[in-house]
Amino acid sequence: MSDFVSGFWNIYVIVIVLVSILACALLLYMQGKATFTPGKTMGHVWDETLEEYNNPMPKWWSWLFVFTVIFSLVYLVLYPGLGDFKGVLGWTQYGAHKAEVEKMDAAVKPLFDKYMAMDVKAVAGDKQAMEMGKRLYLTYCMQCHGADARGAKGFPNLTDTDWQYGGEPDQIKETIANGRMGVMPPHEQLGADGIKDLANYVRSLSGLPNDSVRSAKGKEAFASAGCVGCHGMDAKGMAAVGAPNLTDKVWLYGSSEATISETIAKGRQNQMPAWKEFLGDAKVHLLAAYVISLSQGAK
Amino acid sequence: MSGTQTTYNDKVVRQFAVMTVIWGIVGMLVGVIVAAQLVWPELNMGFLHFGRLRPLHTNAVIFAFGGCALFATSYWCVQRTSHARLWGGPLVPFTFWGWQIVILLAAITLPLGITQSKEYAELEWPIDILITLVWVSYALVFFGTIAKRTVSHIYVANWFFGAFIIAVALLHLVNSAAVPVTLTKSYSVYSGVQDAMIQWWYGHNAVGFFLTAGFLGMMYYFVPKQAGRPVYSYRLSVVHFWALIFTYMWAGPHHLHYTALPDWTQSVGMVFSLILLAPSWGGMINGIMTLSGAWHKLRDDPILKFLITSLSFYGMSTFEGPMMAIKTVNALSHYTDWTVGHVHSGALGWVAMVSIGSIYYLLPKLFGKSEMYSTKLMTTHFWIATIGTVLYIASTWISGVMQGLMWRAVNADGTLAYSFVESVKGSYPFWAIRWLGGVLFLTGMLIMAYNMFKTMAGGKTQDAPVVVPAAHHA
Repeated sequence: MSDFVSGFWNIYVIVIVLVSILACALLLYMQGKATFTPGKTMGHVWDETLEEYNNPMPKWWSWLFVFTVIFSLVYLVLYPGLGDFKGVLGWTQYGAHKAEVEKMDAAVKPLFDKYMAMDVKAVAGDKQAMEMGKRLYLTYCMQCHGADARGAKGFPNLTDTDWQYGGEPDQIKETIANGRMGVMPPHEQLGADGIKDLANYVRSLSGLPNDSVRSAKGKEAFASAGCVGCHGMDAKGMAAVGAPNLTDKVWLYGSSEATISETIAKGRQNQMPAWKEFLGDAKVHLLAAYVISLSQGAK
Repeated sequence: MSGTQTTYNDKVVRQFAVMTVIWGIVGMLVGVIVAAQLVWPELNMGFLHFGRLRPLHTNAVIFAFGGCALFATSYWCVQRTSHARLWGGPLVPFTFWGWQIVILLAAITLPLGITQSKEYAELEWPIDILITLVWVSYALVFFGTIAKRTVSHIYVANWFFGAFIIAVALLHLVNSAAVPVTLTKSYSVYSGVQDAMIQWWYGHNAVGFFLTAGFLGMMYYFVPKQAGRPVYSYRLSVVHFWALIFTYMWAGPHHLHYTALPDWTQSVGMVFSLILLAPSWGGMINGIMTLSGAWHKLRDDPILKFLITSLSFYGMSTFEGPMMAIKTVNALSHYTDWTVGHVHSGALGWVAMVSIGSIYYLLPKLFGKSEMYSTKLMTTHFWIATIGTVLYIASTWISGVMQGLMWRAVNADGTLAYSFVESVKGSYPFWAIRWLGGVLFLTGMLIMAYNMFKTMAGGKTQDAPVVVPAAHHA
């Protein structure tokens, strides 16, 4: 696609670039024809002592100048630079990148094909595959989930056995490939007291200290305010919509009464980006296996 | 020539010269702090973290330290080589006080996060307007003085100062164009890749005109003056002047290699960056060759040591620049510490050293002394500054190349050999050395300040009479 809205700009760029480069050479040539008197001054004096010698320009310097001009002209014949002229070599940065990626993809294809043919759990037990998985993780995943994969506030810990969207290989692959959008709706309409009641009830679910009067009221609200719709009657969550289990000890945003109240009142929005387009199926496969391997051995 | 104005206006030179040293210390201190924040991240406290302080450092050293040095030396030079007092009356003190207010406003707004987010052009629109007023006044004073000169020829240093003043006005007006929303917030009138291109057209020419052409003007006055020798080649100065100011204008796209900028624009930026090598070196050759026949003066003249060393660093960084503008080299160097090292070999080695040498030349003359309070301290300053510069650029070269190589290293299975964090970890020792280099350079500035105040003490601040031009001889 052309960068130019009309043919005029194409011509304009070509002319102005060439004229400018040649003007440099012309300046050097014209000034080099001056009459020089080496060791003698130009005859002007400023501020009592400032004078200028009428020495010629150093030859090696002039040749350096000429060399850069010639190099530039040759470069502009070989590479894109003169407007829409593509250059004799047909080089583009997009093409150069694509060629490099394709070359590498072709080189590693047999290796990835081998793992693609294997079950995710089997890949998770393959030593070499997991070394690759770790390096992929450190390149693409650790920015959010951390170098140790233990996550951070709002970013799930991948080393435990808690799975917001399910821990089966296909579910993890789906999470990595197509991403996830998690939404906890805001419930400010419950009022400060109602929210506090609910927060105490939620804390009671996982055995955290709570105000028993409030949690009793919160229990009623849990059923009537719509919480069960996502978190379920037993509050154990629902992987299909990413609703967390509220009865375990895993907290994505924090378990203090204040934080839970904030989560209920203002809601939460979270996103796991989709990687399928960028990484391709083979790397997603390997990463899913690596993520599974992270939680193996965890209690 | 007016008979009533018989002295040069040295008051404004005195003011700018002293503030050069003061702002130099402030700007470099902030530089040392941000360098320390990289080595010891716990030093990022509250809002005074790296992200807020780094633009304060760059603005302070470029526009406060470098700017004051350029004002002081250009005002001194244009009067003496025009054999006329500064033109402009009240505009002259306005340039001083206006510029100091700009600096103070920068020091307040940048740590508060008030910024246009354009590198080296962060200041918000009200400050931009004040800069414009000061700069137009500066141009009027400078060219007004040239216009009333009592010699027919314009000295080469003034070509460079003049080009610097005109180009910076153009760059500032075009790049800072913005739509104000509130007193402290505006939006650039450009967007997308055009915005990036305008920004780096500005950014690279800020280097080319503010930090190069202006300081070459300084060099063309103080090197021949201090060496007591004529400029090596008039013709070389003609060619390299026109080629330099013409070619610099094209070089900006090399800051945007391998980005959304079209291939052809990148190529044009690259070839003009290469053509820039010879014109840049022209200045170095003319400066260093001016000393031929007087090399012995280098042995015990710390001012010449500063000036000639600055030219060596200038030559080195203007060789390095065109090389880094080559796409394949840039693919390795871009986004690494190599860029930072390159900038500082220019900033510390060239800009700061040529300014320091020139200010040492000026101070005794401005305060009625025959020489600086202590020559020995000047020499000490020179060696500390040189060692500091070498430590700084060597460490950032090594860490830069290391980062570039680590980021591109690929295993046989197609995965990256190193995670980003590993390259950060590997950089720590070099960041510590770089911090030490900065500490040394700052120490040198503190020595300079002591020497300056000792020289000023009991000094007479009398303006020098305008010198009658030498009779023209063929």
